[in-house]
Amino acid sequence: MYNFTYHRAGSVDAAAAKLAESGDAKLLAGGMTLLPTMKQRLAQPSDLIDLNEIDGLKGITVSGGTVTIGAMTRHADVAASAEVQQAIPALAKLAGLIGDPAVRNRGTIGGSIANNDPAADYPAAVVGLGATVVTNKREIAGDDFFTGMFETALDEGEIVTAVRFPAPQKAAYFKFPNPASRYAVVGVMVAKTASGVRVAVTGAAPCVFRQSDMERALSGNFSADALSGITQDADGLNEDIHASAEYRANLVVVGAKRAVAEMA
Amino acid sequence: MTGFADFIGGFGDIMTVKVTTTVNGKPVSGDVEPNTLLVEFVRENLGLTGTHVGCDTSQCGACTVHFDGKPVKSCTILAVQAEGHQVVTIEGIGQPGNLHPMQAAFQENHGLQCGFCTPGMIMAGIGIVERNKGTNLSEETIRAELEGNICRCTGYHNIVKSIAAAARGN
Ligand SMILES: Cc1cc2nc3c(=O)[nH]c(=O)nc-3n(C[C@H](O)[C@H](O)[C@H](O)COP(=O)(O)OP(=O)(O)OC[C@H]3O[C@@H](n4cnc5c(N)ncnc54)[C@H](O)[C@@H]3O)c2cc1C
Ligand code: FES
Ligand code: FES
Repeated sequence: MYNFTYHRAGSVDAAAAKLAESGDAKLLAGGMTLLPTMKQRLAQPSDLIDLNEIDGLKGITVSGGTVTIGAMTRHADVAASAEVQQAIPALAKLAGLIGDPAVRNRGTIGGSIANNDPAADYPAAVVGLGATVVTNKREIAGDDFFTGMFETALDEGEIVTAVRFPAPQKAAYFKFPNPASRYAVVGVMVAKTASGVRVAVTGAAPCVFRQSDMERALSGNFSADALSGITQDADGLNEDIHASAEYRANLVVVGAKRAVAEMA
Repeated sequence: MTGFADFIGGFGDIMTVKVTTTVNGKPVSGDVEPNTLLVEFVRENLGLTGTHVGCDTSQCGACTVHFDGKPVKSCTILAVQAEGHQVVTIEGIGQPGNLHPMQAAFQENHGLQCGFCTPGMIMAGIGIVERNKGTNLSEETIRAELEGNICRCTGYHNIVKSIAAAARGN
């Protein structure tokens, strides 16, 4: 790993100020992606600004059907939260399926969504549940946040501070993990919400996406049967040594059906 | 893109940082470069070589230590991040003649062969038992929660047996 200057931020404002003044600085959250990337010398920040000591960025609050999760909240804390398990069980389950226990003890929701790995789990929750991403500058609708492979709507120097999830009527998450890395080969979040049915797919394509054919079918008839005639186009889906595009396309349909069946 | 020359230039400016932390209940401090990993600090600065480096890529769990009581991969956390926190390594949980119940269970159930993965397995195993306190810890749960710890010798069977035995308290 190339060397860098280390800064321990005491507040979001201090972190933002440092970020603005340092040449090629990066925020350090759980470090579960950033530090391995730096070891491989794929990233070479001049400065690391550590968010781990900012208590205000940690924690979960549930009020009026909204679950708000601070950006520095660890995956393990979301998975184990009795409040999240009650309000949005699918979200607690998703957090508990990320990586392994040691990764979940460090990795954070803010780091995960800012990174926007095509195979990450949280993007499926943010889009599938119609969440809102809160930053130090504004609020961004979940639907507008993930803009491409490892790309987000975040501006230079913008810091995610929290994610707000409206509790759905019901939701379920299906994940087909890569047996070695545990990342999603395909993950599908299906939710029945006050504003309609949402189906968000991660792992399958370069970026999380909504499956609108399935959303339409499920709006009329919220059952696995409603998905029988639906196929996922393999065109443009990810293809690697783990799975072909056609295999992923099939998994999207299987995953959505299983998620719906789980809610029956 | 920053080139190699910039890296050399930048490198000269990096200062060592003082880190003060608690390891195995004792206050310790040292001067480290910012890119020093916690596992390097523990092994090289403190001479606590029970914590191993298997992969250095966050996959194998041989480097697992407890950070504020929770298992983490010490190859994927910076030494400076331990400032003000509590770190416990395999040396801190028990000693010969006074083993931690998890260590005793690994000995009793032949939970190791070469022993390379063992410190990490034991630190992860303690985490599994802690997280599932008050439940009847199943073999399935143990296997699922050992996801981040790789063993190249045992086939895991006796490791799972050891953790189950420690959870039962025998
Ligand atoms: C062995 C292993 C298995 C894994 N398996 C899975 C898996 O199954 N599913 C999954 O989804 N993920 C998986 N991950 C990734 C894990 O979830 C990481 O926690 C996550 O990708 C990054 O979060 P982090 O908190 O570690 O962020 P970091 O690595 O610290 O940061 C990642 C990036 O986000 C930026 N960033 C961090 N916080 C903020 C913020 N608040 N605002 C703006 N930018 C920010 C950083 O500057 C950096 O560029 C795995 C990781 C490992 C090592
Ligand atoms: S050495 Fe840290 S996970 Fe393998
Ligand atoms: S006992 Fe040899 S790697 Fe596990």
